[in-house]
Amino acid sequence: MEQDWLWGLAGGLLIGLGAAVYLLGNGRIMGASGIIGGLVDRSGWSSWAERVVFLAGVFLLPLLLVPLLDREAATHLTGNAAVVIAAGVLVGIGTRIANGCTSGHGVCGISRLSPRGIVATLIYIFAGGATLLALRHGLGVI
Amino acid sequence: MRLLLAFIAGGLFGSGLLISGMTDTRKVQGWLDVFGAWDPTLAFVMGGAIVPMAVAWRFTRRGAPLAGGSYPAPPDPVLDRRLVVGSILFGMGWGLAGLCPGPSIASLSYGGSGGLVFLAAMIAGMALAPAVGRALGGVRA
Repeated sequence: MEQDWLWGLAGGLLIGLGAAVYLLGNGRIMGASGIIGGLVDRSGWSSWAERVVFLAGVFLLPLLLVPLLDREAATHLTGNAAVVIAAGVLVGIGTRIANGCTSGHGVCGISRLSPRGIVATLIYIFAGGATLLALRHGLGVI
Repeated sequence: MRLLLAFIAGGLFGSGLLISGMTDTRKVQGWLDVFGAWDPTLAFVMGGAIVPMAVAWRFTRRGAPLAGGSYPAPPDPVLDRRLVVGSILFGMGWGLAGLCPGPSIASLSYGGSGGLVFLAAMIAGMALAPAVGRALGGVRA
């Protein structure tokens, strides 16, 4: 669509506002992998309620907004279960070892000029591009 | 107060992910796939998100968070092996499916069974991460 960049910018501003509320309100960095991962490995158990409520907001608002949207809401996720499982495991392990993902290292890290955030973002974008290059254009499997 | 603010933050985050198109794996893979039909949307999303946050970080130089406690420590300048290896693994998974942790939650209500499978696999990966991290050696490389 022609206006995709405008929707992207508007959505991006909302994401940044959410991160600003979490930072200035609760003093926390809004990193999705850290918020989820802290519940999975119990390292963030002392703040479990805050994490669960945050994730409830992430889940519920799209649920409420989808019927109001004039566009289809679909993830277009591949139907190849092996690819989905491999991707999920890699995302889970990688974000926890690197201590951040697109929201923590990307949005929150780059905006404070964090060296780790900038380096991580460059690496995961490059790794994602290389993966698509190899598996889509090279082997033609995804 | 903390919980209300956390819900508002999560709601804004989830709404932004939906509206921006970042829960659509085609748009994410379209950004990463510079050799296909390249889609620049993700750059606008990232740019749009960084603006309010750059302002917010300025407010953390003094004072304290609204709900109490303290602001996060200044950024850690140390680039270690865990950051590099972890980001490579994450990027590979992100490229494979086009989903990262935030959108995997935001799209649960309309992402079908594939989205649930991805989330379950991601949680399993997160549970495995401490063991993989130990195999990589110490925190500092």
